[in-house]
Amino acid sequence: MTTRGRTALFLAGAGGLGALLLWGLAGLPDFGHYAGPYGDILVHVAKPQRNIANVVTGVVFDWRGFDTMGEELILFGAVVGVAMLLRETREHDVADVVDAVRSDAVRASGLVAVPVTFVLALSVIAHGHLTPGGGFQGGVVASAAFALVFLSAEYRAYHRIGGTALWDSVEGTGAGAFVGLGLLALALGLAFLENFLPLGTWNTLLSTGSIPLLNWASGVAVAAGFVLVYGEFLQETMAVRHGKAKP
Amino acid sequence: MIPLQAMCLALVALGALAVVVARDVVRQALVLSLYGFALVALFVVYQAPDVALSALAVGGVAYPLVLVAAIARVNETQRRRKR
Repeated sequence: MTTRGRTALFLAGAGGLGALLLWGLAGLPDFGHYAGPYGDILVHVAKPQRNIANVVTGVVFDWRGFDTMGEELILFGAVVGVAMLLRETREHDVADVVDAVRSDAVRASGLVAVPVTFVLALSVIAHGHLTPGGGFQGGVVASAAFALVFLSAEYRAYHRIGGTALWDSVEGTGAGAFVGLGLLALALGLAFLENFLPLGTWNTLLSTGSIPLLNWASGVAVAAGFVLVYGEFLQETMAVRHGKAKP
Repeated sequence: MIPLQAMCLALVALGALAVVVARDVVRQALVLSLYGFALVALFVVYQAPDVALSALAVGGVAYPLVLVAAIARVNETQRRRKR
């Protein structure tokens, strides 16, 4: 096919797709004009039923807690998959690799960014039932603090704090705690993952029953999952760059 | 649609185009993280701060880091094979 013919075919296809997308976009309800019943119902029952200030977290960890457990286990499975595929290089192969950042400016900004990012993550997880955020968001931000250790210091520092022996068990504990809390509710004669703790005072840290516990469990699992994935990729890259890869 | 929303949507569209147009893979990974930041702005403007927060960490740090690490590994293997 000639270049001209190919361009013509692409333009026709792209034009058609663009027209369809614009047609669909024009048919969407206006921003903030949601037509389904669930959003309105949840906004009205969130406080009387669960005493929760952040309705989104209430949906994620209470009314739809079972879905969240599925998501949690998808992430768990993904991490296991990455570790399996990249199992050729193991941690001890690259334990003595020196791959340090030489720029003082980068190192200094890392020194500031790492603790700030980590504390922000803890705050996002801890206040998940009060303000926007929660275990998933906070967990990813926490893992970003670990990634910044590699980006602004050196691989060996990441190797030391992100070791698989520790984070494998943290990952398992986080994911297991989520399922365990569900089973605990079952043992207490409630439905799986049903809220079983006192709901406390509205808009305080110790409120909304077992939601903060599930929130912390997912935060820990997500952070550990991402730390393990970065570790696997970095191991692989360091091994090849420093001539430690097996033939 | 308020002007700020329209601006952010345009920025995201431009960013996506820039990712596709970039030819060098490392540069593409960096442009991708900039596109991630455009998405963060879009989420904030559309009042989804929790989504914006995870997009900030995933698009700004996690995804580019994993991508660049993978690119570095593949490049190195190819360089060795050529020798």
